[in-house]
Amino acid sequence: MGRIVIDPITRIEGHLKIEAVVENGVVKEARSSGTLFRGLELILLGRDPRDAPLITQRICGVCPISHGTASTFALDRAFGIADKITKNGRIVRNLILGSNFIQSHVLHFYHLAALDYVDLTAASDYDGPDPELQRVRRFLERGELGPFLPRYEGDYRLSKEANREAAAHYLMAFEIRRKAHEMLAVFGGKAPHTVGIVPGGATEVPTVDKITSFLWRLNEIRSFIDNTYIPDVLTIARAYPDHLEIGSGCGNLLSYGGFPQEDGLFFWSGTTSQELNPEGLDPSRITESVRYSWYASSKDPLHPAEGLTKPRWGKEGAYSWLKAPRYDGKVYEVGPLARLLVNYAEGNPKVKGLVDWALGELKVGPRAFFSVMGRHLARALDCKLVADAMAEWVMELDPGGPVYTEYELPDSAQGFGLVEAPRGALGHWLKIEGGKIAHYQCVVPTTWNASPRDGKGQPGPLEQAIEGTRIKDERNPFEIVRIVRSFDPCLACAVHLVRPKGREIARLEVV
Amino acid sequence: MGKTTEVPVIWLQAATCSGCSVSVLNSAHPKIAELLLEEVVPGRHLNLRFQATVMAGAGEPVLEVLEEAEHELKGGFLLVVEGAIPTAEGGFYGTLGEEPLAERAASLGRAAQAALALGTCASFGGIFAAEPNPTGCVGLGELFKREGIMTPLINLPGCPPHPDWFVGTVASILLLGLDGLEEARLLDEYRRPKLFYGRLIHEHCPRRAYFDEGKFAKHLSDEGCLYELGCKGPITHADCPLRLWNGGTNWVIGCGAPCNGCVEPGFPDLVSPFYEKLKEA
Repeated sequence: MGRIVIDPITRIEGHLKIEAVVENGVVKEARSSGTLFRGLELILLGRDPRDAPLITQRICGVCPISHGTASTFALDRAFGIADKITKNGRIVRNLILGSNFIQSHVLHFYHLAALDYVDLTAASDYDGPDPELQRVRRFLERGELGPFLPRYEGDYRLSKEANREAAAHYLMAFEIRRKAHEMLAVFGGKAPHTVGIVPGGATEVPTVDKITSFLWRLNEIRSFIDNTYIPDVLTIARAYPDHLEIGSGCGNLLSYGGFPQEDGLFFWSGTTSQELNPEGLDPSRITESVRYSWYASSKDPLHPAEGLTKPRWGKEGAYSWLKAPRYDGKVYEVGPLARLLVNYAEGNPKVKGLVDWALGELKVGPRAFFSVMGRHLARALDCKLVADAMAEWVMELDPGGPVYTEYELPDSAQGFGLVEAPRGALGHWLKIEGGKIAHYQCVVPTTWNASPRDGKGQPGPLEQAIEGTRIKDERNPFEIVRIVRSFDPCLACAVHLVRPKGREIARLEVV
Repeated sequence: MGKTTEVPVIWLQAATCSGCSVSVLNSAHPKIAELLLEEVVPGRHLNLRFQATVMAGAGEPVLEVLEEAEHELKGGFLLVVEGAIPTAEGGFYGTLGEEPLAERAASLGRAAQAALALGTCASFGGIFAAEPNPTGCVGLGELFKREGIMTPLINLPGCPPHPDWFVGTVASILLLGLDGLEEARLLDEYRRPKLFYGRLIHEHCPRRAYFDEGKFAKHLSDEGCLYELGCKGPITHADCPLRLWNGGTNWVIGCGAPCNGCVEPGFPDLVSPFYEKLKEA
């Protein structure tokens, strides 16, 4: 029996460690630990509630806008203005968040995930005309290969030509994600960490020149998504057909729904499972268990509006500092896969046609989405859906029209904001007392996905996805990192506290 | 083509949101691909040996890169630290490869030729050192002081810092050398390059005329100076109004929001509430 420890897991957001117990070449038990606690929920207490969207954006530099939006929605509710946001305010917020979806997804596929499948060294003897590949060749010739080596070796399956093409796209994608941030800044001021989304609406009044500059940046990006990103995902999926099977996870999917429209949400909310029956969503059934987490509890599990974050070192049986969010007591995965398949199950026409097209391209059924490659494919399709919709939204703006609604600061109030972040369902819950923040809890996508076992002993989605996986070479456990990265984890978002080194209680030796 | 000198860089992420990394990815001139692959100034290539957000490897093999820098590249690499350093509870709030980040930052800091504290957290503690500072976060300079580390340090605050500030500072080090920077007195009292942090936002703000006329915005999205709505431009040292953000697209006040003073040592506690008017000094 072997024990694999991977720390750090790189090319993710935040600090993550994975431990896996391997028996006869198969992972018998997997445990994920975040290794950084920053205590932002504690830092928020006693502050001016209006500061929360700016402070919570600092949870994550990859998807700050999602936190800013969830926090803003929670404040809109607390201030009693959730239904008074102007049309321009609503659209500007959607455009800022949507721009960051694109930035995050392109970054994730090309710069965080692709190096698991794409071998940049295929450009070492390139003698063609592409200046980007010539640049890679010159780099390789100099012989100092950081940050592209060292790496786990052993499973690069693309042909030399396909590798070279993907290497060129890796570099091109840097520019596309940069332009997505420029697009965000048109209405958001700057990125990362925008200032344009505020309780009451937005800060920037749209003008025709801004609308046009947004639209033309978006046009270039949409062309990349259609002609490069989605085809690249399909190419890699075809080269790694077994990755349409491994890492399937818990099989239950949840979406809060997102991007408010005049009549409801662009992505619908709901839950579903591998049978793809639409099963609805009732946020009051969300709970967090700390049975296997190092937190004190008088009652377990608790709804996030009542959630406690009281660290208890050495709690009997606990092994993680992440809590375990559950819906209706069951384990649920969130993210682009969940967002798309919940909408597919519910028959959202925008989603259904695109998902069916992709399934036809790969000649697989919807069940294949529950896999490493399925998550990458869902993310690419998600990117297209948002980008295409933004081209319509930006033209619905009313140039010069109001973006902001004034409000009174309440002395005491409460609110919650549920959004879809690039990585999935994100919720902020807050209470205001004496005009100050008295309670703040964030339940973030990666807490769902990388959660530990709960009060019933059910492992979290990522743990379930790793368990049962065959490992070819324990010294190069690329299967594990591929599964982890397919979830696009954001540990900075997820982690409440750290596992202390050298304390007996912290050892995770199992079996 | 002359021989290229490789400049090894170790980029350590401590208590961070990774926003500084994401911001540097937004570099427009040079593009990030050029920064990674090409000579950043003629004859010098940044050899980014450790950067957890982009590096190919994971686990044990990449920890060896850190060990190697510490022992075999002594005095021969540039350390970039992103994020504050958690020091409470013996540094256990943040670990990398099962070692406290505080220990890693100190031992790498001791071995480095020079250190760049990238972002407000690494420079001064920033958001994660805000009251009540639950994890005992400090900036890199404070860690160096506590540990008696004499390695030259430059602070590049900003939440996030502008990519040009990073690239321009690295280029300055490569072209002028650290001694050159010191001799020319190019750093301010907080060890920030004056080139980028030498003037107040307020001095070059396009809404300055409104301030001088006393025309103040009453609500967000209104015309007028944002001073009454909490703008910290009058006490914030950065070149945002001239340089603009995201390839010159826009900036904070450009989109109608008040500056929140993110490059200052007092960020966030002394410059918040962000939407309340500055208290008279």
